[in-house]
Amino acid sequence: MTTVYINKKAVEVNEGSTIFDAAAKAGIRIPTLCHVENQFPKGACRVCMVDVEGARNMVASCTTPALEGMKITTNSRNVREARKFVVELLISEHCGECKTCVRNEDCELQQLATEMGIMEIAFPGETLKTFIDDSTAALVRDSGKCIKCRRCMTVCNEIQGVGSLFAQGRGFESKIGPAFDQHLDGVACVQCGQCAAICPVGAITEKEHIDFVWEAIEDPKKFVVVQTAPAIRAALGECFGYEPGTRVTGKMVSALRLLGFDRVFDTNFTADLTIMEEGTELLTRLKKALVDKQQVALPQFTSCSPGWIKYAEYFYPEILDNISTCKSPQQMFGAVAKTYYAKKAGVDPKDIVVVSVMPCTAKKFESQRPEMNDSGFQDVDYVLTTRELARMIKQTGIDFKALQDDVMDSPMGSGSGAADIFANTGGVMEAAVRTAYEIVTGRELPVENLHLQPVIGLEGVKKASLKIEGCLPAWSFLEGVELKVGVAHGLGNAKNIIEAMRAGEEFHFIEVMTCPGGCIGGGGQPRFTTNEIRRKRIGAIYAEDEGKQLRKSHLNPEVIQIYEEFLKQPLSHLSHELLHTKYFDRN
Amino acid sequence: MTELKTEKTSCSCGEVNEDELYERLKIIVQSQRTIPGALIPVLQTTQNLFGYLPERALRIISKELKKPYSEVAGVVGFYSYFSTTPKGKHTIRVCLGTACYVRGGQDILKALQKELNIGIGGTTPDKKFSLEVGRCFGACGLAPVVMVGDQTFQRVKTNGITDILNSFE
Repeated sequence: MTTVYINKKAVEVNEGSTIFDAAAKAGIRIPTLCHVENQFPKGACRVCMVDVEGARNMVASCTTPALEGMKITTNSRNVREARKFVVELLISEHCGECKTCVRNEDCELQQLATEMGIMEIAFPGETLKTFIDDSTAALVRDSGKCIKCRRCMTVCNEIQGVGSLFAQGRGFESKIGPAFDQHLDGVACVQCGQCAAICPVGAITEKEHIDFVWEAIEDPKKFVVVQTAPAIRAALGECFGYEPGTRVTGKMVSALRLLGFDRVFDTNFTADLTIMEEGTELLTRLKKALVDKQQVALPQFTSCSPGWIKYAEYFYPEILDNISTCKSPQQMFGAVAKTYYAKKAGVDPKDIVVVSVMPCTAKKFESQRPEMNDSGFQDVDYVLTTRELARMIKQTGIDFKALQDDVMDSPMGSGSGAADIFANTGGVMEAAVRTAYEIVTGRELPVENLHLQPVIGLEGVKKASLKIEGCLPAWSFLEGVELKVGVAHGLGNAKNIIEAMRAGEEFHFIEVMTCPGGCIGGGGQPRFTTNEIRRKRIGAIYAEDEGKQLRKSHLNPEVIQIYEEFLKQPLSHLSHELLHTKYFDRN
Repeated sequence: MTELKTEKTSCSCGEVNEDELYERLKIIVQSQRTIPGALIPVLQTTQNLFGYLPERALRIISKELKKPYSEVAGVVGFYSYFSTTPKGKHTIRVCLGTACYVRGGQDILKALQKELNIGIGGTTPDKKFSLEVGRCFGACGLAPVVMVGDQTFQRVKTNGITDILNSFE
């Protein structure tokens, strides 16, 4: 341990800690615009300056190791003025109008300027040039607003291992972006939006669908249905001042009705449907391998996360056969809304507009994939992020906190607890195992509270194995099989688990979620997401699961109903047509 | 920065078969694959080989060194030494680091621009000279400094540049 003195207070920290870490441990906030939790510090923004006794100059606390006996001051006049000067310099380059910026009042630069009492532009010189890159379905980049903090670079390269963004050029002319000023659609960007979620300013944002949605709602000829992903209910409240981890399911439903949606449905319904299809697909692959001795692609990978799909299409096209052919719950919803539901409700599917609320930016891209038209129309028309939904609610002046709880509509509004946990890392795996185990053995998964404990939590790669015993006669080929599953979240970890698999480690089923923590940490979620907030949102999701009577996908009455009335059985011809898809080598 | 040893070839004047250059590049890159920090030396060697850094070569480097293409481009764009456009036979670099700037580097640059009738980054129509700006060659005591190829000229005066240019074939 090392002892340092921050503002005369002794703080003990682990060796190798930085001054920034030490201050955080002592509960002293040092402002920063470039720091990324658990990542090697870049020292790019220079806002976190502190005074160290005996040092020649002020130092950036994020890159300076805390050494034994160091005397550090974080709040002297000198320090405050130095930080203010740095922020003034950043503002002098920054080309953006706060009043009309989508990040107004949700901007870290603006917040620091307010905190530091910056009341005028100190250096009204040349500002950055604005180049807008709106080439992709999900993201918009604005070079004029970029402060070169490099957070997006850190998440894109070091956390996601995608590497589409990097610092280009030098000095005033430098830009953060793809190579040689290319647009994002020209490079291997998976559209995960982790860059947009971590950008301190408005330089990378989601491509808004709000206006399209208002237009659809106001069109009397259109029948607008909305689906909400499970991760929304555990995070939307944060946009209205609730503590992270507060569940706002009922209020969210009320708000959606007030916005004017004709039906409020639940992506949980199709998450349960996904489990039926994907679980059956896994059992079918295992049967082919074990009984028919056929060559079959195992392990099976999950397919709910569109960033992961695009990542595999770019970086691991050779494993595309291993990825479940199931569409994601969002796309399954669109396909059945414009077929099954249209028929049931007597609405012409051409008049149905399907809007999704997703914690995700890649879902915008996914909804526009040309093959996602199996209903005869674009299956999902518009995708709103959690942040966009909050903005829509604010636009109407709805007092969110004062809303009563309401419930989703039928017949696509019921979801099991297993569907809720799709929102976090390990959840799809647990949901699948809950159902698959019961189908195979006729008994409930024999673990406490139905939780597959080894795959829960924020560790990057998690593994579990489960011995299958006492199979029903139809599944006797699985008797004694040790089912090995793996879970990865964050694409860098996806890479790690694929490499482990290639090195010979055996898996039968692997869940991959694009974003750290899973969808609860998605690129479309309220800012700012840290591991602490991820844990709170995950806590809320498990509480939602445990609070339900219905905790297994195959027992969802609406899912049973759709098979009886429409799809007949998992992997039926119609299921294949509407609920399954294919992938493309983009390399 | 230590340069990798490679057989020096004449730049992009078409004397060497391009495919052969790419074959040589592949051998160089593959030999550097596992060495940390190989990117910059590989880029230097590649530029020596081709006379500039063609996109195809950068893609090969990115793939073989397992570095994102954006990162390779970022490094190329950061150092004024690297060029992605074909260069003339001789590259003139005028230092505009602090010492050279103070001692008239800017005037030298202007005079060269006028004499050669090209801008910064430009190449003369006869492909003899390219003009670049450098950021400190580490020879501040000799300021202002001009480099032509790997030859250094010290305490350059504006009226001396014609002699310098004439000394190159």
